[in-house]
Formats: sequence, structure tokens, C-alpha cells
Amino acid sequence: MNSAISETMTDKIIKILIYVFLGFATLIVLYPLVYIISASISDPADVNSGKMWLFPKGITFEGYRIIFENGAIWKGYLNTVFYTVLGTTINLAVTIPAAYALSRKDFAGRNLFMAMFVITMFFSGGLIPTYLVVKSLGLIDTIWAMVLPNAAAVWNIVIARVFFQSTIPKELEEAAIIDGASNFKMFFKIILPLSMPIIAVMGLFYGVGHWNGYFNALIYLSDKELFPLQLVLREILVLQEMASQNTDVTGSMAEAMHSKQQLAAVIKYGVMIVSTLPIIIIYPFLQRFFVKGVMIGSLKG
Amino acid sequence: MDSNTATVLTEEEKQQTPKSRKVPTKLPKPKKKNKKILQNWQLYIFILPAFLYFFIFHYIPMYGIQIAFKDFIPSSGIWGSEWVGLEHFKRFFDSYYFWDLIKNTLGLSVYELIIGFPLPIILALALNEAKDGLYKRTVQTVTYAPHFISVVVMAGMIIAFLSPATGIINHGLTLLGFDPIPFMSDPKWFKTVYVFSGVWQSTGWGTIIYLAALSGVDPQHHEAAIVDGATRLQRIWHINVPALVPTMIILLIMNLGNIMAMGFEKILLLQNPLNLESSNVIATFVYQAGLLDAQYSFAAAVGLFNSVINAILLITVNQIAKKRSETSLW
Repeated sequence: MNSAISETMTDKIIKILIYVFLGFATLIVLYPLVYIISASISDPADVNSGKMWLFPKGITFEGYRIIFENGAIWKGYLNTVFYTVLGTTINLAVTIPAAYALSRKDFAGRNLFMAMFVITMFFSGGLIPTYLVVKSLGLIDTIWAMVLPNAAAVWNIVIARVFFQSTIPKELEEAAIIDGASNFKMFFKIILPLSMPIIAVMGLFYGVGHWNGYFNALIYLSDKELFPLQLVLREILVLQEMASQNTDVTGSMAEAMHSKQQLAAVIKYGVMIVSTLPIIIIYPFLQRFFVKGVMIGSLKG
Repeated sequence: MDSNTATVLTEEEKQQTPKSRKVPTKLPKPKKKNKKILQNWQLYIFILPAFLYFFIFHYIPMYGIQIAFKDFIPSSGIWGSEWVGLEHFKRFFDSYYFWDLIKNTLGLSVYELIIGFPLPIILALALNEAKDGLYKRTVQTVTYAPHFISVVVMAGMIIAFLSPATGIINHGLTLLGFDPIPFMSDPKWFKTVYVFSGVWQSTGWGTIIYLAALSGVDPQHHEAAIVDGATRLQRIWHINVPALVPTMIILLIMNLGNIMAMGFEKILLLQNPLNLESSNVIATFVYQAGLLDAQYSFAAAVGLFNSVINAILLITVNQIAKKRSETSLW
């Protein structure tokens, strides 16, 4: 951005300060992440006493061993994988064709449909009426409660629509229509093969949402067999922890309680890693595609 | 993220409507609207699933809001339940917790707005000054990452790090000679914990939309300013910051319009009986009263009150923005 003109002294200092600031921000974000990784493989006694503060101390994989032997975590993992795959498939099947139809300028009523969808971003029935609808449809305590109430997101439809408008050449559609291809044929034979990038982006958007979501499960599921990973995590990370902290802070801790808590602490950091693993693995893609998604969204004329 | 992105959509819409009116000349001319509909009937099948989804899961609940004015009894259904007028609203306004809920709800979101709104702007301005390269990429990769951490793991981290006996933060405080602070059980600390954990998680991600706006700044402005002898800070202040103003206004409108409906999932997870005094907000109250205590009508009324305040705020702020500047949502 800068031209060849030499910088003044103050500018140089400002520049250095900016770099220092960025480094500082990065360290603040990075530290808790490194800490979790180190804590997950450290001796719980060292973690809890604060001796382990950056690099692993007294390395042990006991926590991970316990996690892998825990039936509830496995069950939750499998459920979450299932909800993510099924949910994302439904999301794509709803979003992509709708976005394509909305991108067609010769589609009568498209503005009406668009308005109908967009209004729901600002006005909604609220928690209770939505819950009652899900309940009256008989979806409570079924896998469908995990995938139908969030079968589409307005914002993603908008992004996919922008993609179709800006990347599918109009001439292609015109040629297909002149050749007498039906809309179905055109969509499946021509449009879909050209849409792999947006399908990937949408798949990631929705997939991460399903993987990380807990609230639908909290309100719609009571059968533990159906619990997704995030609800199992909630029990380990939030409910147990809160309980132990609130009861033990003031009183003197009994030895037995102490070791149990330490054990919980090791599992705790381990489950954070294990549950986030798929996201960590695809993070390089996520970063690129998500940023692209936000960019498409913020495209202004 | 949803709220950030929502903004831009409307702008998009605005700019596209005029174009979309023009019928592409090359297409077989739609002589009549009916014919066009018939010809494209398959497109209606494409949109049918989305239409059904929004109708069932968004519009039927809107119709269901009427239970706020009724005494909803599940066995009689929405239609069969008896009208009671504003009774549930009165009960809510007269309750002893009404002002506490309002205070907590507004307090949390205003606090979050004051701290959380400027930080992504500052970080984006700084990132924009850094040269493209490994350093900048590293900063971005690291600061974007927490965005993808689930809210449950986030709550778990907060509770673990802030634990009075075993948390690393309190170990640090003790090391510096302070007494450990019971962050999670002291109501005084709840809002700070909520706001700053949010800063940690979303500041980096929040820069993306501003960086997009900054990439649209014409480099010639900077070159001209350099020739005129402007310092780096002057250029940031007089060229880059003004370029961000439209984005800021849109995001501010969205934030203010959402002021009564903030990160309720995280609050719910961090809430416990000891900090309830400052962590009980309208949204968590609706959850408690409606889903745990099954007072459907009462909870729906409280939720509706919340949405109405939100809508009024959104419209008011948007009107003000429209009058004072060129930028607004609609």
C-alpha cells in the first residue's frame, strides 16, 4: 500500500506498535487454547495446583483413556455424527434448490418468497410458540427434533442465491431453455455440477452448526439415548463442575472428593479436545470457506 | 455472526431490486404472467421445501403468539383455550422480579455493546496495516479460531479457568498477591465474565466484515495522502475509519435492535443459583417459566413483551440512522 517514499520516524514507531498490538492479541487468544491441550495430557494434580501453566507436566494419557472407555461420550459422539450428516443433508436439499429458484429472474413471485423468508430474521413467534409447534407435530424426543426445526437458515439461502446470480452464466440457462431442457433437467445436469463450491461452503456452515448446537437438544430431547455430544459435554463440563465448585469452595475438601475432582479435571480438558477434534481437523477449510461466505454476504454492488 | 451478516443482505436487496425488474431480453418473452408461471412450474417445486419449512416452523409459531392473551391448556389447543386479555402481561409487570430482569437484560447487552463493538474495528484497522505475509496470516488464523468453539465447550472453559480453587486465573491472581475471586458464584462478576469471554471468542471473527470494507478503500487515497505528508495515524483516521462508518452503522442498528435478545445460550449455561441475581435475563426467564415450569401462556407473554421492545428499538434506531446518515437497514 505504501509507495516508495520513505517513512518518518513516528510512522515507523506506529507501525511497530501495531505489530506489537497484533502479537499481543494473538497471544491472548492463543494462551487458553494451548493451556487446554497441555492440561489434557498433564498430571491432574499439577494442573489443579497451578504448577502446569503452559507446557504439559507429568505427561499422562489417563484422561483420554477414561474418555474412550466412557459409553455416554461414545454414544453422544455417534448421535452427533448422525444428526450432523442427516441435518446437513436436509439443509442442503432445502437451501440449494430454493436459492437457485430465487436467483432466476424469470421466476414469478421470487420477491414475495424472499420477503417471506427474510421477515423471519427479524420477527419470530418466540421460544414457547415454536416449542408448541414442534410438540404438536409429535417431534419431541425423536431424531427429527434435531434436524427439522432448523432445516434452513435465511442467511445461507441468501448467500447461495448471490452465488448463483454471480457465477452461473445467464447464457447457459438461456441456451438450455432454447434447447427445450426442463428446469429439472437443467438444474441436475448443468447447475449442480457447477455449484460444488457453494455446496461445500453451505455444507460446512450447516455442519458446524449441527456439530456445535446444544439448545434444540436441550429443549426437545429428554431421552438420554438420543443426546448429542454437546449435551453430554454439558453434564461433564457445566453441571458437575458447577455443583462441585459451589459445594466445596467453602468447606474443607475431603481426600476422596479431591481425587474424584482431579479425575474430572483431566477428563474435562480431554473432552474439550475430543469434542472439537473434527472442527480442528477441518479448520483450514473452515477458515477459508467461512471467510468467503461472509465476504459474499458483504458484497456491495 | 448471523446478526452481522443479516445487515448486508438488506443492502444487497436494495440494490438488486431495480435490476431484477428488467426482464432479460434474450429469454423467450413471457407474454403473460400466467404463461411464465406455467413454464416455470418446476421452480415452485424447488422452493416448496423451503416454503413449507418457513411456514411451519416460523409462521405457525407467529400465529401461536396469541396464547400470550389466552389461558393455554394443551388439551383444548390454541384455538379452544380461553381469552384472558392482558392478564399475563399484568402479572409480569407487577411481579417483584420484573425490574431485575429488565436491569439484567439491558445491563448485559449495553455492557457487551460498549466493550464488544469497538474492539473488532480496532483489530481490523490494525490488521489492515500489517503487510500480507506469515505474521498477518498467523494473527488471523489464531484470532478467528475461537469462533468455532461450541458454546458448551466455551462455558466449560470459563468455569474451569475461573474456578476459585483450581482455575488458572485464580492461581495467577494468588501469585500476584491477590485473593482468589469466586467469579462464578459472585453476582458482581457475572456480567464481566460474560462480556470478556465473548470478546475473547468473537473479536477476531468480527474483523472480517470490516476487513472486507477496508479492502474496498482506493489505494490512491493513501498515496495522495502520503504525498501530502500525512502520517500513518492520520491516514488511518481520515481515510480508513470513514470507510468503515457505513458498516459500523448497520452493525450498530442490528445490535441495538437485538439488545433484548443477546447470547442467551451462553447465559443459560453459566447461570447458577448463586449468580442468578445478576444472570437472570428475560430470555432465560422465558425458558425457565415456559419449558421447565410449563406456564406456556405466561412465558409466551413475557417473550412477546421482549420481542415487541426489540422491534420498537430496531425501528427507532433505524429511523434515526436514516435521518442522520445515508445508511439504514431499509
